[in-house]
Amino acid sequence: MALKIVKGSIDRMFDKNLQDLVRGIRNHKEDEAKYISTCIDEIKQELKQDNIAVKANAVCKLTYLQMLGYDVSWAAFNIVEVMSSSKFTYKRIGYLAASQCFHESTDVIMLTTNQIRKDLSSPNQYDTGVALTGLSCFVTPDLARDLANDIMTLMSHTKPYIRKKAVLIMYKVFLKYPESLRPAFPRLKEKLEDPDPGVQSAAVNVICELARRNPKNYLSLAPLFFKLMTSSTNNWVLIKIIKLFGALTPLEPRLGKKLIEPLTNLIHSTSAMSLLYECVNTVIAVLISLSSGMPNHSASIQLCVQKLRILIEDSDQNLKYLGLLAMSKILKTHPKSVQSHKDLILQCLDDKDESIRLRALDLLYGMVSKKNLMEIVKKLMLHVDKAEGTTYRDELLTKIIDICSQSNYQYITNFEWYISILVELTRLEGTRHGHLIASQMLDVAIRVKAIRIFAVAQMATLLDNAHLLTGNMQRNGICEVLYAAAWICGEFSEHLENPMQTLEAMLRPKVATLPGHIQAVYVQNAAKLFSTVLKSQEGSTEGTAAQETSQLMIDRLPLFVQSANLEVQERASCILQLVKYIQKLQQKEVEVAEEVSALFAGELNPVAPKAQKKVPVPEGLDLDAWINEPPSESESEDEQPKAIFAKEEPKHSRSRHTEVDEKELARRREARKQEQANNPFYIKASPSSQKVYQESPGVEHIPVVQIDLTVPLKVPGLPMSDQYLKLEEERRQKERADKKKKEKKKRKEKRSGRGRRHDSGPESEEDITPAHMVDIVTEEMPENALPSDDDDKDPNDPHKALDIDLDNLVESAGRRPLADSEKLPVRSHRAAKVAKSPVEDGDAENTPPSQEPKKKSSKEKREKKKDKDRDRKKSKEEKKKKKHKHEEKEEDLLGGEADEPVVQSEDTTEVVALPTSTNAEVSDLDFWLSNAPVPSNTQEAATVAATAEADSVPEATSGTAPDSDHDEPKNSELEETKSSKHKKKKQKKEKEEKEKKKKKKHHHHHRHHSDGGADESVQNGTVEDEEPLPPMSNYCLLAENSYIKMMMEDADEVCDIQGNLQDGSQVVVSVIFENKCDSLLKSMEFNVLDSLNSKLQRPEGSGPHDGFTVPFQLPPGVSNEARLVFTVQSIVMPQKMKGTLTFIVKNEDSSIHEKLDFKLHFTCTSYLITTPCYSDAFAKLLESGDLKCSSVRLEEVNMPFHHLLARICFHHHFSVVERIDSCASMYSRSIQGHHVCLLVKTSGQTVSIDAKCDEPTLLGNVLDEIKQTFSQC
Amino acid sequence: MIRAILIFNNHGKPRLSKFYEHYTEDTEQQIIRETFHLVSKRDENVCNFLEGGMLIGGSDYKLIYRHYATLYFVFCVDSSESELGILDLIQVFVETLDKCFENVCELDLIFHVDKVHNILAEMVMGGMVLETNMNEIIMQVDAQNKMEKSEAGIAGAPARAVSAVKNMNLPEMPRNINIGDISIKVPNLPSFK
Repeated sequence: MALKIVKGSIDRMFDKNLQDLVRGIRNHKEDEAKYISTCIDEIKQELKQDNIAVKANAVCKLTYLQMLGYDVSWAAFNIVEVMSSSKFTYKRIGYLAASQCFHESTDVIMLTTNQIRKDLSSPNQYDTGVALTGLSCFVTPDLARDLANDIMTLMSHTKPYIRKKAVLIMYKVFLKYPESLRPAFPRLKEKLEDPDPGVQSAAVNVICELARRNPKNYLSLAPLFFKLMTSSTNNWVLIKIIKLFGALTPLEPRLGKKLIEPLTNLIHSTSAMSLLYECVNTVIAVLISLSSGMPNHSASIQLCVQKLRILIEDSDQNLKYLGLLAMSKILKTHPKSVQSHKDLILQCLDDKDESIRLRALDLLYGMVSKKNLMEIVKKLMLHVDKAEGTTYRDELLTKIIDICSQSNYQYITNFEWYISILVELTRLEGTRHGHLIASQMLDVAIRVKAIRIFAVAQMATLLDNAHLLTGNMQRNGICEVLYAAAWICGEFSEHLENPMQTLEAMLRPKVATLPGHIQAVYVQNAAKLFSTVLKSQEGSTEGTAAQETSQLMIDRLPLFVQSANLEVQERASCILQLVKYIQKLQQKEVEVAEEVSALFAGELNPVAPKAQKKVPVPEGLDLDAWINEPPSESESEDEQPKAIFAKEEPKHSRSRHTEVDEKELARRREARKQEQANNPFYIKASPSSQKVYQESPGVEHIPVVQIDLTVPLKVPGLPMSDQYLKLEEERRQKERADKKKKEKKKRKEKRSGRGRRHDSGPESEEDITPAHMVDIVTEEMPENALPSDDDDKDPNDPHKALDIDLDNLVESAGRRPLADSEKLPVRSHRAAKVAKSPVEDGDAENTPPSQEPKKKSSKEKREKKKDKDRDRKKSKEEKKKKKHKHEEKEEDLLGGEADEPVVQSEDTTEVVALPTSTNAEVSDLDFWLSNAPVPSNTQEAATVAATAEADSVPEATSGTAPDSDHDEPKNSELEETKSSKHKKKKQKKEKEEKEKKKKKKHHHHHRHHSDGGADESVQNGTVEDEEPLPPMSNYCLLAENSYIKMMMEDADEVCDIQGNLQDGSQVVVSVIFENKCDSLLKSMEFNVLDSLNSKLQRPEGSGPHDGFTVPFQLPPGVSNEARLVFTVQSIVMPQKMKGTLTFIVKNEDSSIHEKLDFKLHFTCTSYLITTPCYSDAFAKLLESGDLKCSSVRLEEVNMPFHHLLARICFHHHFSVVERIDSCASMYSRSIQGHHVCLLVKTSGQTVSIDAKCDEPTLLGNVLDEIKQTFSQC
Repeated sequence: MIRAILIFNNHGKPRLSKFYEHYTEDTEQQIIRETFHLVSKRDENVCNFLEGGMLIGGSDYKLIYRHYATLYFVFCVDSSESELGILDLIQVFVETLDKCFENVCELDLIFHVDKVHNILAEMVMGGMVLETNMNEIIMQVDAQNKMEKSEAGIAGAPARAVSAVKNMNLPEMPRNINIGDISIKVPNLPSFK
């Protein structure tokens, strides 16, 4: 045995290793392929050996060969063998090979599941790491499903190295197995606050990727990300978050308002260009999302544009590139601010760097005006001539067309010029964009009626010179323009000077080499031309000319009849027969012209591209229903041959009203001519400098071969559009001159043209009148087309599957919790069984959480929620089993009837989305967002004054501070508020607070008794019925002096869910401390005087009078948050507690002790927790008769009913049980298990609330508080 | 997301290719060729971004590359990545290679492509940036190499000896294609960390 090993390792010495292979390949440069094939043979031999080392070596070499382009999939099984080696060295080689060449259709992948699972749970972190890395490259839906649970466990691994890899790979798992997103999301979210920066960064990375595709589902994470953004120093993380915000702001403009300030600060402070750039980008996104008109924003735009200008002017090409890229984003919404940098952008057009030129081109789009369009396009045309690569030239071409055609040809003053530009562009060699030019030609010719004469003339020349375009088959793309040319000439043939010549050009044998669809157009339009020619010839004396024309058609058309293209063939044979028939008639000397032209009579109007799709299906029309009796099976078989034809390509033919009789047509034509003649803007063949060539006399007198040299195309080398530029300049000058003359007729002095030009100064847009007034026909749309834009989303986008609502996920009542079916699949059957079996002892907390891996998180709160969730799930199971018989018993088991509503509601939550929960969700985010102030100037001034006052008399401020604590601590309704707790107050908030304070001075009394959180941000006066809910906030100012400000966030009760610890109720109060001075604040100690009823929970070992040491220091301008836990005995009465904050203000040279007094106010509603209730249970509760009744009336409540309910839900922690019209029943439960039921009715402005509760004192207080909430409105 | 990471030399010879999406071997080679074609015709002093080619990408994708001595490092990324960030990442990658190979040159990449893969795996995983801190990367790479060495133990000694002997007849191979100015950073692009 030992001998065998030694032998093996000696053999190995002489095997080729990777280095030998590489060396060998380098030494066999001439016959590399041959050498490699011998190597592959060797490798095959090596793979057959038992020695894993040999195999690993072979696999390693295969990985290299794979990079060189050799297919190594045949060795997939051997790779799996090497992967499963127990030695890390080989395992790594195996996983590397797998990651390079495995993919979804590799069949051996399914063999790896268990091996990977084993590696994932390996005690060696690098085994796990290597497996994760490999898996990230070749994960399949099956692997994702089978391993999701294992990976999720790893997300809580003790080693950050594993954690970060596990977090990162979750994204790949989500993509392949979208069902895993909901169960895994809470943990992923948790990782955003992982102590290890790498893990945190990975979590941010994953969520950003997820949110990029489906941003709306991640809006609720905004507060958390905001906190990260203001606290993180890792630029990678910051960039990702800032990019994420860029994706979120379009959905929530208020978020944008909140972001602007911190982002602006970052822009000013950061030295990292990458960060600066992303900040600017997101600020731009914010500005785009905000409606303009906000006073501060012009400053932000200016800042962005100014920073971008610095980037563009930088010598570093990368920054220049990015600057231009970002500039183009501003352009869309704020073109004015970009236009002022036109010089810079035009300069970039000449940059040697193609990428930069392309970006500058993008910007040009917004730079053009009527005034400078020609000039800019001329410049671009020069670039087109100079351009070397076809890509850049094609790009230029599309840009020229984009620029000219933008907003319905808004900037084009002279369409003749534009047509000339298009014709010039056809001379481009090898462009791919022939069809683009063609569609422009068609569009302009159809929609700008005035230009048709000119366009037709140009197109005729194009057709005549078609050989120039098609001469070289490589220039294939450009021959598309012939499609347009032929169609225009045919359709508007009445404008042709010499239709006969064009007809001939269209029937040249060479045409047969064009692509089929173009030939088809040629044939069809030759027929149109033919009708025009006939008409003119019949009108003139001799009939022979007409017969000759028919003969020409008959001679040439057979060429097309033989075409391999069906479309061409069909049309040609049709028309050929028609012409033959016409010839017959002609020989009998019958006048046919009128009848022939009737074939093609009528106007074609442009139709908007999506018009067809937008036609609404008329009511009662079922498109899927059979019109006739459905054919029997056998019949349909017979009909199959027909289907073949039906499938053929759509024809280019048009539907026409051929039934219109001739007289009518003649009348119409006459009317049109009349109209055109009377239209001063319609271009007639009037003498004008550039249209001399049109003055030719009757068509038939012109020799066919004569080419008018003034037609620009025929002067190769001389760009004709330049003429227009000159003409345009002259025209404008003349116009200006005319204007001047009119204005200053008395002035007789004449200036030289040049001088005049100088003096006249820049002309304004409006001064430029178009060369000819054009009637741009708008595209037709069906009358009642729906304006909605169809989403062009790719149905195959894997991210579509990840569009999963995650907000409701966070463990709480009333939302859609994770259903059992949504749990990640677990291997162990036994474990799953345990989880589902009814728990008889009723103590859910003791049951091991078998369905989900135990969290190692220390956050006990979270843990509790989880338990709660589980508890409920179990209850649900139980419920189902014992539904009727054991109901009472079960209630006992669960610790009292208090839990009943919970249990009940659980059954419904998955089906019925309670309106309250959505409202709550909205308001939750709303309330975070509502901090953005909308101050008017006067208010601001007052605020400043107030602050000054406060600053000068700090003592006084402290004195008045107690007044400010009447915003009672709010129980955030649901646990989701967790996210909202991670908040920081920024300066904006500060402003608002100041403002609030100022208001307080006026409404002191009012506020004292009321406020149910009716913040300034609640714009109740303005809300309309269907408007979204106004933002509601639970923040309140606790106390403030010149050094520090304390804000109390909504209090969040945590109580024992069992409800059996009547005395163990807790209230959590989040307090935000904000440093307002320039010095460091430290050693903060928070203390309250405990009352009999309420006690601050102090750290273990400290006495009842010791303070709570705030676990952080505050540098200037920084704010942070601390959570305090209070124990409350009785909850039936509101509570007030006095407290003091002591702290040390540390300056450079001194440190001062300071203190700040405050009062904490616990209202009764803050002891209520939102608990959903099922209407059955609610009815039962009311019937039980244990409840005392009380009622209250609210007068003059001016708000929609749903706002009213939302407000009660939000501020008083109720949930809606049922709502019928203007009547709703609501339910809530106190932390000590008191039921509170409300019946809210509204009629007009009067709201009556009937309430029932088993504790009358509590009920009375709650009702008082509700009344106060609304008395403010 | 990063879609692909390519390293090739001035002649377009691939030195490392890592695709985070599946392509057939032929397409991969085409992508490498096309990318080389796009990148190599660009001047030294133009920007480091270009719109992706036909094969890889689309409008959302960009090629971000750096050219060091004889090697091009090209990352194909989508719009969720910061352009300047990726440039920095390339710099971190090259500096890490420099540390791990002690004065890295093209030959190191040629003969030790597996090691380069291992280093890369500590930075980018499945197309997402895993770690940007060079010290952390080097630490993990070293720890794994140490493990490998301890596994090889005595059994590995003869193989190492043979490989040393084999490497002795390498005089004709120039070792001086150093990626010299590795420490020179793009102006105005302060390091990330």
